[in-house]
Amino acid sequence: MENIKQKNEAYKSKVAKRNITILIICLILLILSFVISMNTGYTKLSPNDTLKTLFGGGSHKEKLILFKLRLPRIVVSILVGMGLSLSGCIIQGISRNPLADPGLLGINAGAGLMVILYVMFFGAKSFLSVFTLPFLALIGAGITAILIYILSYKKGEGVAPLRLILTGIAIQAGISALTTLLVIKLDDTQFDFVANWQAGSIWASNWNFVMTLLPWILILVPYIIMKSRVLDILNLGDELAYSLGTEVERERQLLLGAAVALAASSVSVSGSIGFVGLIAPHLARRLVGPKHRILLPTCALIGAVLVSISDTIAKVIVQPLEIPTGIVVAIVGAPYFLYLLSRNKQ
Amino acid sequence: MEKLNRAKTEVKDIEDMDKGRTWVALLIILLGLGILFFLMAFSITKGAVEIPLSSVWDALFRFDENNTQHLIILDLRTPRVIASALVGAALAVAGAIMQGITRNPMADSGLLGLNAGAGFALSICFAFFPKMKYIQIILFSFLGAAFGAALVNGIASFKRGRATPMRLVLAGAAVSALLSSLSQGIALYFNVAQDIMFWTVGGVAGSNWEQIKIMFPWIIGALIGGVILSRSISISSLGEDVAKGLGLNTTMINVLSSIIVLILAGASVSVVGAVGFVGLIIPHLSRYLIGVDYRRIIPVSAVLGAILVVVADLGARTLNPPFETPIGPLIALVGVPFFLYLARKERRAL
Repeated sequence: MENIKQKNEAYKSKVAKRNITILIICLILLILSFVISMNTGYTKLSPNDTLKTLFGGGSHKEKLILFKLRLPRIVVSILVGMGLSLSGCIIQGISRNPLADPGLLGINAGAGLMVILYVMFFGAKSFLSVFTLPFLALIGAGITAILIYILSYKKGEGVAPLRLILTGIAIQAGISALTTLLVIKLDDTQFDFVANWQAGSIWASNWNFVMTLLPWILILVPYIIMKSRVLDILNLGDELAYSLGTEVERERQLLLGAAVALAASSVSVSGSIGFVGLIAPHLARRLVGPKHRILLPTCALIGAVLVSISDTIAKVIVQPLEIPTGIVVAIVGAPYFLYLLSRNKQ
Repeated sequence: MEKLNRAKTEVKDIEDMDKGRTWVALLIILLGLGILFFLMAFSITKGAVEIPLSSVWDALFRFDENNTQHLIILDLRTPRVIASALVGAALAVAGAIMQGITRNPMADSGLLGLNAGAGFALSICFAFFPKMKYIQIILFSFLGAAFGAALVNGIASFKRGRATPMRLVLAGAAVSALLSSLSQGIALYFNVAQDIMFWTVGGVAGSNWEQIKIMFPWIIGALIGGVILSRSISISSLGEDVAKGLGLNTTMINVLSSIIVLILAGASVSVVGAVGFVGLIIPHLSRYLIGVDYRRIIPVSAVLGAILVVVADLGARTLNPPFETPIGPLIALVGVPFFLYLARKERRAL
């Protein structure tokens, strides 16, 4: 008996050690991609110049490039990666469906419809768009998510996962249909703008974007990590969760709300980068297992690494043009994911 | 003794109910076929030019090549209506099979990498070979669909030849994302995104007899294949362990079903573009009407799918003549409220 207990403890501490190693590796990767991303771009800056500029030195031009252009973009991509991957992790946990992602709550579709309506009425080149578009996208995403929630709510049962999924699919399909009907009517420049938005380009980032996104992340990420035990319990199924004394419906509402807020605020500045929300949770689960206390931080870091590396690649690969980050995310992320899938048994 | 009797009557009740459902299924299929036939005839009379039903009859049986109406009917409308019916049946059955095999209510044929593969092939066509002929493009996008499906199946069964539903679903999602991102990238870089969009929302407008001659045997063959497999799919939908326990070769069934789905969906996607909603909604509707047995779901889905796409195509032509309304969004807009209603009513998952 003692022996078994000891073995169990030993195994547990081994797993914990491994998980922490993985977390640290992710962190190092994130810092690395941060540094590399700062050095790359249309104008080359050496690591030395970058450091000098960061700590107050450097020419005016270098300062401008670093502080006004590169830094905000890097920060936005990291925050977006975190927001979307955490949101995906929660939604997969709640719906208990491995195919679920923030798109399931209609966030991409709702935000996209708003963007198209805006572009139709005010044109793609309107100077207001930098400020109003994220805001409108946020509203569109929020309304859609609320609509899906209301439609899948049933008195006495609350929001059963299967109904949530089906309703999500339906609303998403309906909105995409509307979007397609509208898109055909756009002219060339408008269409280009919308196509780029839908492919997920972190466009025109500045510190304002960081400021709109940061509060959400700062408030919601600790909240979600605090709730990781609840997520574990919800994963067991409604009946078990009830009998363990969880207020299933209420917790689900709160967590869904958090997921929507995270994804909607991220999508509003980045365009739809849906794939991160699908893939990052799976990658994290394959690396550290299903316990949310370790899963959530790993997931956030993986998402951040994925988006920031992809954004760096997007900046340099076809200079001086830029390809939307969302495309690079899928091209970088999918093969790695497929490799893990074909290697691991679980 | 009394208990035993009660159990017996219970079993009998269930059997009766089941029998009842078989009759319902038969009724739906027969009635559906009747409605389908009527709708197809009606659809031929409608369009930019109105043609009375009697001329349709004449055109089919006493064809006069100097009569423009007869030409419109025979060369434009009839192939189009037949194509819609075929595509509708094919997409619905492909979706039903996918949902049964993967046991995932979100699954449709797009998940096998078909739509993304076809889209990828299309973007390559438009970017690098802009002078391709219509029929060549269709062939190319079918090859693309096959490529996507092969990739998904290959990766899902890479390790020890075991393509479990979970791996199939995940590999499908990842491959689809990869391929569609590549095609988005190509489309944006070569500035052909708009052309591709017009092609994919085009619907069944350009169908002709040549195309139908190629499509018809494949789709009908695959539909029959689906019906033959339906028993195994029912068992497979109970879960991998149960299916294995009942002596089913699950790997074999997965591979065969994938091939059938590839033929059905690949042929449809290359003709109408990615009309995803049919494959998603019709199987759920059939399940709602006649229960969880795929021996009934598959034929009923075929009939209902054909009806849906024929009606949608009729709408596409008549809503805003002489312009075409894209068929995919139309189906989605009609289907969504209905699907929402089902989602609220649905008692069983799969």
